Amino acid sequence: MNRIFSVLVENRSGVLSKVAGLFSRRCFNIDSLAVGETDDNQVSLMTIVSSGTEGTLEQIEKQLNKKLDVIKIKTFEPTAAVSRELMLMKIKYNKGNRNDIIDICRLMKAEIVDMSSNMMIIQLCDTPDRIKVMLTMMNQISIVEVARTGTLALSKCNEND
Amino acid sequence: MNGADQIVKCLEAEGVEYVFGYPGVAICPFYNSILDSKVKSVLVRTEQNAAHAASGYARVTGRVGVCAVTSGPGATNLITGIATAFADSIPLVCITGQVNSELLGSDVFQEADITGAVESFVKYSYLVKDVADIPRIFKEAFHIASTGRKGPVLIDVPIDIQNGLAKKFEYPKEVKLRTYKPTVKGNALQIKKIVKELDNARKPLILVGGGVILSGACKELKSFVEEYSIPVVSTMMGISTMPTEHPLYFGMVGNNGFPCANRAMKEADLLILIGARVADRAVNQPDAITKDKTLIHIDVDPAEIGKNAGPNIPIVGDAKSILNDITEYEIDGNYGEWIDTLNKYREELKIVRKTNPKFVDPAGFITKLSMKMKDDAIYVADVGQNQIWSCKYHIVKQGRFLTTGGMGTMGYSIPAAMGAKLGCPKKQVIAVCGDGSFQMSMMELATMRQHGANVKIIVLKNNYLGMVRQYQHFTYKDNYSVVDLDGSPDLEKLASAYDLKFLRVLNDNEADKAIDEFLKNDESYLMECVIDPMDLV
Repeated sequence: MNRIFSVLVENRSGVLSKVAGLFSRRCFNIDSLAVGETDDNQVSLMTIVSSGTEGTLEQIEKQLNKKLDVIKIKTFEPTAAVSRELMLMKIKYNKGNRNDIIDICRLMKAEIVDMSSNMMIIQLCDTPDRIKVMLTMMNQISIVEVARTGTLALSKCNEND
Repeated sequence: MNGADQIVKCLEAEGVEYVFGYPGVAICPFYNSILDSKVKSVLVRTEQNAAHAASGYARVTGRVGVCAVTSGPGATNLITGIATAFADSIPLVCITGQVNSELLGSDVFQEADITGAVESFVKYSYLVKDVADIPRIFKEAFHIASTGRKGPVLIDVPIDIQNGLAKKFEYPKEVKLRTYKPTVKGNALQIKKIVKELDNARKPLILVGGGVILSGACKELKSFVEEYSIPVVSTMMGISTMPTEHPLYFGMVGNNGFPCANRAMKEADLLILIGARVADRAVNQPDAITKDKTLIHIDVDPAEIGKNAGPNIPIVGDAKSILNDITEYEIDGNYGEWIDTLNKYREELKIVRKTNPKFVDPAGFITKLSMKMKDDAIYVADVGQNQIWSCKYHIVKQGRFLTTGGMGTMGYSIPAAMGAKLGCPKKQVIAVCGDGSFQMSMMELATMRQHGANVKIIVLKNNYLGMVRQYQHFTYKDNYSVVDLDGSPDLEKLASAYDLKFLRVLNDNEADKAIDEFLKNDESYLMECVIDPMDLV
């Protein structure tokens, strides 16, 4: 079972290590982790995607809540959230596959953001699932390196909010 | 006024009596300032024992224990003591000196990343970066350590911050922590559910843990169970919540517990856990306590509820507050038949021990000792076979029983007893350890002498690390590996070196007279009881 933990924390040094340390000490999984400042520069938002049994996911929330640097936690199922991930991918290309790559990028709504005579960097901002599709598609071409942000997510807009 | 003066002022504002510690250059400004204060310093002989002594002090006084050590090795030596306090939820404020803040991270002499190292053993930690933050940080630290689920808080103070000039001292009246608001009061609907369950139950049982003692709820618990005749069992940390010979108390549960207590756990139709963690020593199979019965779990730490066993009715809050709330209801239950059954089990499942007349029987000896001890005496058990014998055979009257049930740190008893004695100088304080655990903390005999902490120490001597030997006896068919304690000192000579009175007891016939002499007055005493090396708990 997957769950997204949207964790507001105090923007202080050492907080990331405390949260990451909690996951490793209690053998919780981190599938992805993304951190950044919010509109309030005293507060950061950590978006953690984790998986495990219902009991484990409940413990993750409870143990996170015990951390004094954690201000608030929202948890939601992936389906109840708008999730996005940013991927940058450097690939080698040649005359023979250049058009194919451009086609894939067009279909996937990916952008070519840098280019030389034999390499290009492709940028894709999309759902984690479509990022995976893109990776599969590009696997046949020679990937040089990939950088991903990890999932960012916000719960879907609700009329009652 | 400098930062160190401010730290001492903070301790004074918190009413701190004792700081247990060990100085070094990085904490010297603090130790210089404390000379002008009425806060007393106790020089332990190794830093780990500063935390144990502070723990003993905290447990008997109900206040926060304080220790202060230097940077680097001083701080890392403290870690085992901090981890012990964390596992047992004991409120401590641990101050560590640190190298100059401008040098942090450059691996200079005696630098250790202590806030990083203790992260998983503290409730919270601070690295002070500005002298102006000292009053707020100390106010917060004492508040965090002593509220909710109690525990240690560490404050790392670089030497330049201690020496830094501070403005006028102003101790905050209130704590402002937006992320920390422990739940004290239990949810009223959940409390009504407990009452309803008790109305319907035929075989209710309360399992108390250390949380009941920590919340100061022993009196409330006792009067509640007496009013409705509800039987009680305890975890190791819950011992001394109820007097041992109380008709409603059926002993400690778990692997090393009493068979009748475990039988009660098995047969109860309603089990109420109060301030107990459901850890493996007390509850071997957490699944078993959720089967065929209703499980109610009361704990101040929401993360403990459901961690090891999923309760039917969870209640988050302070044990004392919740017990007070329950007593406002009338409970319509009659458990007479259940109590009769349990009394029958108590008789039928009595433990019969084989004893060797050539030696002192530790079980019989501990019972004899407890009968002769003062009613409100404090008994501190170490770790090993001595701990299990103490848990089983010490008769608590109105006193306290201290031990480390969570971390099981050998060498705890002597420093903890010393802290307890300084906290309650009028009470009789007795530490019981084995010859292994004694040798882990025997350097503190000097501290006891230096600070007039008249602790009475009993060493159950079998020349073995008995608990490990016992494990090797069962698991490795007597293939003993690294458990004999040959080379141990002659305790009589050791006592004489520390100018302590000494007694050696060789068999049960000598026990009565020896205990009378041992307890005769308030002076420190070291008593060696020679027990059968092959004895099992």
